[in-house]
Amino acid sequence: MSFPHRHLLGIEPLAPADISTLLDLSDKYVDLNRSARKHTETLAGLTQINMFFENSTRTQASFELAGQRLGADVMNMAMQASSIKKGETLIDTALTLNAMHPDLLVVRHPDSGAVDLLSQKVNCAVLNAGDGRHEHPTQALLDALTIRRAKGRLHRLSIAICGDIAHSRVARSNILLLGKMENRIRLVGPPTLMPARIGEFGVEVYEDMREGLKDVDVVMMLRLQRERMDGGFIPSEREYFHRFGLDTEKLSYAKEDAIVMHPGPMNRGVEIDGEIADDINRSVIQEQVEMGVAVRMATMDILARNLREARVREREVMA
Amino acid sequence: MKTLLTNVRLIDPEAQTDAPGWLLIDDAIIGATGPTGPAEPTADNVIDCGGKCLAPGIVDIGVKVCEPGERHKESYRSAGLAAAAGGITTMITRPDTLPAIDTPEVLEFVRRRANEAAPVNVLPMAALTKGREGREMTEIGFLLDAGAVGFTDCDRVISDTKVFSRALTYARSLGALVIAHVQEPILSLGASATSGKFASLRGLAAVTPMAERMALDRDIALLEMTGARYHADQITTARALPALERAKRNGLDITAGTSIHHLTLNELDLSDYRTFFKVKPPLRSEDDRFATVDAVRSGLIDIISSMHTPQDEESKRLPFDEAASGAVALETLLPAALRLYHADHLSLPQLFRALALNPAKRLGLSSGRLDPGAPADLVLFDPDKPFVLDRFKLLSKSKNTPFDGARMQGKVLATFVGGEKVFG
Repeated sequence: MSFPHRHLLGIEPLAPADISTLLDLSDKYVDLNRSARKHTETLAGLTQINMFFENSTRTQASFELAGQRLGADVMNMAMQASSIKKGETLIDTALTLNAMHPDLLVVRHPDSGAVDLLSQKVNCAVLNAGDGRHEHPTQALLDALTIRRAKGRLHRLSIAICGDIAHSRVARSNILLLGKMENRIRLVGPPTLMPARIGEFGVEVYEDMREGLKDVDVVMMLRLQRERMDGGFIPSEREYFHRFGLDTEKLSYAKEDAIVMHPGPMNRGVEIDGEIADDINRSVIQEQVEMGVAVRMATMDILARNLREARVREREVMA
Repeated sequence: MKTLLTNVRLIDPEAQTDAPGWLLIDDAIIGATGPTGPAEPTADNVIDCGGKCLAPGIVDIGVKVCEPGERHKESYRSAGLAAAAGGITTMITRPDTLPAIDTPEVLEFVRRRANEAAPVNVLPMAALTKGREGREMTEIGFLLDAGAVGFTDCDRVISDTKVFSRALTYARSLGALVIAHVQEPILSLGASATSGKFASLRGLAAVTPMAERMALDRDIALLEMTGARYHADQITTARALPALERAKRNGLDITAGTSIHHLTLNELDLSDYRTFFKVKPPLRSEDDRFATVDAVRSGLIDIISSMHTPQDEESKRLPFDEAASGAVALETLLPAALRLYHADHLSLPQLFRALALNPAKRLGLSSGRLDPGAPADLVLFDPDKPFVLDRFKLLSKSKNTPFDGARMQGKVLATFVGGEKVFG
């Protein structure tokens, strides 16, 4: 099993084979997580630090659980409360942290590129848990795993990503991943929530939900942040739900067996109707959460293997 | 005392010639020039320049020296030494200091400091509005008397059109030059990249290139109203050029500049989120860069500036959207500009028209040319000498250059200010 990367900073640098490697290993961790004794010693002796510069309950919990199930020593640092407020530069924070000899660093940051910057200054494996509007690679991987398990394949599917694409790192990582695996991607949403020149990413753009959802295999809804609803990007919550919210009527344009996904947390009645979100025949939203833990275990497992090998090589060179 | 610089390639931006010749320095001024031949004059001191290029020293509009306020970023001493090493013989300094240079008293302080500390000519600009806040105009008359050569709020755009039109009207009555930053301020608020496929991919806060044209269009309308003398500090997009061309054709007193970074770098340089590439306005697409280079060649864009903006490590070691903008460029202006010469985009006389002649003309200075009687402000350089830039070797106190580690071609061999050798 080869995965020629030191960090997981984004989907962009990954090859299709890298993605398959991660997903294959994730499948094994799904089995482990469903077994009675969900614990291994894979990361025993290694230290995992979760640095969240932005509030997160779900992602942080998922990474924490993943680390603990693999036997790592896990520490959480709530960064929005500490040094950043004191004016320390991000690089200083990284150097301070590096002196504590972590092995795996999980970072979420409100600024695009901040995790890349951190990764250049530390001697451990860095996992991007979301940076600004740039990437959220583990979310895209868990979405891919969910799709692959539900549809039996991860290629030649027609997938609609709907909602606030412009501000979404989840959308960017998913567009990159699903594109690399040769799927047809449609983006659906109001033009004020579309990034500039998005058409050049090899996607089809729709401003109408019914057209956009026509005959798709997967409907991926995105969360609409509360602060975008104030009239700046869309006129109102109710007009948005009317035109872009996923309800039974709009979903009827998709294939009969189309699955519905959402990265959570959901705004029922804004981007998704509660009835669909809770329909166990259509919605795979709970599976996504389950896959999240497995994908994060697989990623940390692989990066830790690479880290150990790199350290052995380093010692050999030194000797 | 007379010094003869012989065996040089004379780069004459006025005549647009590049030919072997000699130049006689007569004390502080240029005594005579001529083609290589038997009739070279005698002098106290003869320097054989080995066929290297001799051009008028660069006149750089828009240099930030961080005095008063942030001397740890750049002082008149360090900026002056860097300028001399970069072939810049006249720095036109910006008023965006702390506090802003907006009263004759602060201007007086700055001029005294500059004269004591810098080996090159320093001519200060003053703020157009008090505290650069865009509300009340400064004492333009007093500041002119105290030696301000231009009036600008630098990268702050005066969004209150009434304030700006009154300031332009008042400045016109005194013949003062107003220099404006042309970016629609609301659209460009918080942007650190130009919107497009690349910024979307990188998830950076971006502004449409159209923001430049919008601001230029407004300012041109105000010039039609007021008749003021006006210079747009940086034109960097293709879409702004037709408006500029029309304004010039209609006889408005308008000139335009651009920065060396927008001529030699593009948005793809942001790919690693290196904050040294964060400048204002943000780096543009390759199409825009090409259009800007074309406009310099045709003369539509008059002036190339370094837009030298020192930033300390603290303000740059941050995530891209949070980091301060600006790059140091006094020492890299000429080697970067020579990239355009080596790529056959611009001839050396065309380059020095934009680096020396046009800025001097715009400010009413007698330098920037090789005429007998002009100040002997000169740069001798080897356009071909290759080197790899090491930012820690820069003389600027701040080391925030986007060219760190870049292969460059062209080195300054000597710089003369008023006939005195200040570098080399």
